Amino acid sequence: MTLLFQLLVNGLIVGALYGVVAMSFVLIYKASRIVNFAQGEFLLIGAWTCWWLLTHWQLPFWIGFPITLAFMLIFGVVLQIVVLRPMIGEPIISVIMVTIGLSIFFQAMMKWMFGVFAKPFPPIFGSPTMSVFGLEVQTVYVMSLAISLLIMAGFGWFFKYSRMGLAMRATAFDQQVAQSLGISVRQMFAMSWAISAMVSAVAGVTVGVVNGVSSALSFFGIKVFPAVILGGLDSVAGAVLGGLIVGVLENLAHYVDSQWLNWGNMYEIAPFYVLIVILMIKPYGLFGTKDIERV
Amino acid sequence: MANISLIPCGDFKTTYAADTTIFPTVTSRNFAILGVLILLVFPAFMDRYWLNLCIQIGYLGIAALGLNILVGFTGQISIGHAAFFGFGAFASAWLSNSFAIPVALAIPLAGVMTTAVGMLFGVPAARLKGLYLAIATLAAQYILQDFFARADWFTGGTAGTIAEPFSLFGFAFDTDERFFYVVLVYMVVMYILATNLMRTRDGRALVAVRDHYLSAEIMGINLTKYRTMSFGISAFYAGIGGALYAHYLQFVSVEGFTILFSIQFLGMIIIGGLGSIMGSLMGTAFMVLLPEVMQAITTALSGTAIDAALNLKDAIAFLREMAIGLVIILFLVFEPDGLAHRWKQIKAYWKLYPFAH
Repeated sequence: MTLLFQLLVNGLIVGALYGVVAMSFVLIYKASRIVNFAQGEFLLIGAWTCWWLLTHWQLPFWIGFPITLAFMLIFGVVLQIVVLRPMIGEPIISVIMVTIGLSIFFQAMMKWMFGVFAKPFPPIFGSPTMSVFGLEVQTVYVMSLAISLLIMAGFGWFFKYSRMGLAMRATAFDQQVAQSLGISVRQMFAMSWAISAMVSAVAGVTVGVVNGVSSALSFFGIKVFPAVILGGLDSVAGAVLGGLIVGVLENLAHYVDSQWLNWGNMYEIAPFYVLIVILMIKPYGLFGTKDIERV
Repeated sequence: MANISLIPCGDFKTTYAADTTIFPTVTSRNFAILGVLILLVFPAFMDRYWLNLCIQIGYLGIAALGLNILVGFTGQISIGHAAFFGFGAFASAWLSNSFAIPVALAIPLAGVMTTAVGMLFGVPAARLKGLYLAIATLAAQYILQDFFARADWFTGGTAGTIAEPFSLFGFAFDTDERFFYVVLVYMVVMYILATNLMRTRDGRALVAVRDHYLSAEIMGINLTKYRTMSFGISAFYAGIGGALYAHYLQFVSVEGFTILFSIQFLGMIIIGGLGSIMGSLMGTAFMVLLPEVMQAITTALSGTAIDAALNLKDAIAFLREMAIGLVIILFLVFEPDGLAHRWKQIKAYWKLYPFAH
């Protein structure tokens, strides 16, 4: 029973991170209708950058982390301007393929620059574990949950109250109307990529601190698909919920598997079965906008 | 009209037969036949290295053509092609090992089995389009990969499985020189099949689904049927390609059929040209030769300052992957119609040669 509880807590923590990554995925999709297959590489690049600053330059975390975020901001903008702006107006297959190309390019580049083995972060917190409700939980897990909640709240505030968030929502709603109101749609596209890259990097660093940094991080970018499809591709709240559900679900699948089935590998593969089922019965997810057309 | 030897200026046709002919002129037909004849004597002159590359281009080209029928002609994206390719490889090995079916028969049967699996994952394809389908096939890729690792009875599990060499009437095609002909025959047959498919009503229906699915439906094309059919055809080609791969290497391991391989297939058809049959082959050749060219460059650079700075020997595997990604991006940004389009432009230039404008 303790194992089940432990797994559920793990699921919620990992799920919250999925939720964060899914949110930044949805942000790009909402703003520019681009399905970003390179989302996982944002985590990877962010985590490696932070790791490099912390180990190679021996910077303290509170300096290295903001530099990482600034770097990711610039990276996102440059990527959008150089690679994705020329693709505006191209068919959806081409755009998907460009992001897939980006994904394998950056993944290989990170492997080339930093090697294929997982490297641990230097310790950031004084005490490695703390007790929550009688459970021994690693401090980084608690921090990661806190950070996830913070980011989600930040997103909520950003889209509801900030000028740029409102402009972004307007762009997502109707580009022409947004343009006629004086919003620079190009800027919004670039900013959506920048923010998405930055938020993903936060998630990347968090996971890196917990598990060490390795190219396995980019698998988050794949795991994000079950989450966003479940929640609905263009719903931020749906992304969070989808992420949580997927996180809990894969841990439950792991529990069921380890207790009774012994098939192995269910942790990795269960979300994809769920994905297929959702696509068959409810392709627009829980909160997604339904395209009204008969197919 | 039927017997002209050079393409006349302009595009004037008076019959449907003239419009749908495979070879517009006698010369182009003779050139195609000559090309196949040259390939027939290839093994006599080429060493093993080049033969191996040609065989690779052959079986990968068949699978890439299948993907092009799905992506280029029907406009449905699939990110799980390598999984179907792998399924074909295992199916053929399994059929010939477990049921003692001769390999020559097991290869088409493996194609049929792969079609069945493709249809299974194609059921969502009937309802989905665009990026939803991309995501569904992504799931198919991971589920099939997991299945390969799990199904000991079918794939031999982590140990992999042994595939019998191809043999016909007691003659074993077990060397590169001999297997070259097997691949060549399959390739010619599959490419002619695809070319002819595109000349039929079904082929035109696929293109109509790609160009404007609503108009296609109004014209009486059953979208569900043609989307599923396209998925099945693509899986069939992948299965045949995979089966040839299995009987060429005579060993299939579960590790090879990753998502990177799927992306490589997509790269092949993008580089070659979406919606172009010969383009699939050009793109495959490009993708197969790219690592070889990079290897050659690395060898040429060994010992120089660049080599020392980048540590090329260890980095080559990653540089290859990076090159694949980069080539896909560059082609999509600068030449979205691929090598086939380039080839057409070259031909058009020479057609009007001294007076090209």
